[in-house]
Amino acid sequence: MITFDKVTKVYPDGTRAVDGLSLDLPTGKITVFVGPSGCGKTTSLRMINRMIEPTSGTIGIDGRPTSSLDPVTLRRGIGYVIQSGGLFAHRTVLENIATVPLLLGWGKAKAYGAARELIERMGLDASLTSKYPAQLSGGQQQRVGVARALAADPPVMLMDEPFSAVDPQVREQLQDEFLRLQAELGKTIVFVTHDIDEATKLGDQVAVLRVGGTLAQLAPPADLLADPVDDFVADFIGRDRGYRALAFVAAPALPIQPEATVELGATREQVAAVAAGAPWVLVVEDGAPVGWVAPERLGATVGRDDLHRGGTVARVGGSLRAALDAALSSPSRRGVLADDDGRLVGTVSATDVLTEIERDETGPPS
Amino acid sequence: MTWFLDHLALVGSLLLVHAWLAVVPLLLGLIIAIPLGWLAERNRVLRPILVVGTGLLYTIPSLALFILMPLVLGTGILDPLNVIIALTVYTVALLVRTVVDGLSAVPETVRQAAIAMGIGGARRFFTVELPLAVPVISSGLRVAAVSNVSIVSIAALLGIAQLGSLFTDGFARDFLDPIVVGIVACLVLSVVLDALIIGVTRVLTPWVAARSAA
Ligand SMILES: Nc1ncnc2c1ncn2[C@@H]1O[C@H](COP(=O)(O)OP(=O)(O)OP(=O)(O)O)[C@@H](O)[C@H]1O
Ligand SMILES: [Mg+2]
Repeated sequence: MITFDKVTKVYPDGTRAVDGLSLDLPTGKITVFVGPSGCGKTTSLRMINRMIEPTSGTIGIDGRPTSSLDPVTLRRGIGYVIQSGGLFAHRTVLENIATVPLLLGWGKAKAYGAARELIERMGLDASLTSKYPAQLSGGQQQRVGVARALAADPPVMLMDEPFSAVDPQVREQLQDEFLRLQAELGKTIVFVTHDIDEATKLGDQVAVLRVGGTLAQLAPPADLLADPVDDFVADFIGRDRGYRALAFVAAPALPIQPEATVELGATREQVAAVAAGAPWVLVVEDGAPVGWVAPERLGATVGRDDLHRGGTVARVGGSLRAALDAALSSPSRRGVLADDDGRLVGTVSATDVLTEIERDETGPPS
Repeated sequence: MTWFLDHLALVGSLLLVHAWLAVVPLLLGLIIAIPLGWLAERNRVLRPILVVGTGLLYTIPSLALFILMPLVLGTGILDPLNVIIALTVYTVALLVRTVVDGLSAVPETVRQAAIAMGIGGARRFFTVELPLAVPVISSGLRVAAVSNVSIVSIAALLGIAQLGSLFTDGFARDFLDPIVVGIVACLVLSVVLDALIIGVTRVLTPWVAARSAA
């Protein structure tokens, strides 16, 4: 566990970056620091590995004040991921990742072995091993940055806006991979972002900071969205918080309707027969839903180009938000539900999802 | 041309001396400029003093510096050491700013990442900052190399034999051949030195080629 006890940082020029911060960051969990620019997120993070010394207060790791530890030893035991990678341009991917193991004296064979393993684990192609950072895409560089921080298997990871320099699609992918990895590794992670969506998606608990470096609220994401303590937090969380909070509510047993389907490649006549006048028919391929078609706009057979894209598929037993989104994004207004293997289970209407939301008593308290 | 062929051995030995007088100060100057540049890069007060101060050295006329050296060092006027030291001063004058520029160009995120991994002090300088500054330092070194080759010739006026002696000799005898040979030899020396620096830089910085190919 990492503990902040009345930690304050005043820079030499008088800027009060962090003010009386007290909070616990539980072992094996992800704590996200979120807040507007200049609220002291980076400063707080860097005080943990003593890149910045607190003006007053103490930070402890497993009960030991960091001020009693040698900074270099401390830092080598804490992984650090910096925005836009901070990779060493003059070293190959392999050398970058092996940096800390080599510094710790593991020897080349073991250090490079560990680095190779991480390259694979991070979903990076083995051909990138001997490339230089400038030859990688932004997303690949970020993955190498995370791999480098993980290389010596540190129990604690500090991550300062690690995914902010990549485009939204890659960011989402990196976030998903990160969560998968954390499920396996169970590190104690401190994650900094100014994106509240990222914070609620990744955090086991979220610490909202306000400018001036004070803690506005510390809560699990669902509680934060459901019950912001004040106007600042409410404003910061933003307008869609009611909808976003549904992401943390598991969908109860929804009234799933069977859906008549056609196979990809079915003829126009087959589709018309199944549709029986309805404007949209669901298409499946090997049992998996692939999209909707409108019978009257069809050629001779159902091809991939005929499919309506953009509809999301919710998992049975997933969140209410996913179920509602599936319904709202579907052209037929019937949300497609699939099992864990991606096979079609049935559909659910937006009305039925809303009925469940109204019935749900764990929803936003007054 | 026949003059050149007749005096091949002479031109060859003058060329070697000339190269020696140009290259030794280049290396000495580099070795001195790196710590000065390091100091200037990290100290806000020393920075302008070092960069401007060393830069001013370059404005001292070379002939004056050659003549001053024996007075300062107590060497004989014909001692090649005068040339070596004077040119080292010029090289330092050109390279301190380059080293500072090269080190300043190292991205702050990279420096912070190094600190966060517990790479401190001298280790960070030699394994992260200096290697990343090599391309910039190398371009400064190329300028200094050409500058040294041309300044060495002036030492001929003091009677220190090198390719410049061909100019004074030809001029004294109103004879063009040695002058032309001297110019061509200086040119060849500059080009060879330049190519050498480029070659060594390439070997030291495989990542630069990788970057431009990407
Ligand atoms: N070295 C420094 N000297 C003086 N003031 C500083 C220094 N570093 C940061 N600050 C100030 O301290 C405050 C907090 O900075 P910090 O970098 O921790 O914010 P942040 O929350 O990480 O912001 P951002 O989201 O923009 O990265 C800001 O007002 C900043 O200007
Ligand atoms: Mg920051």
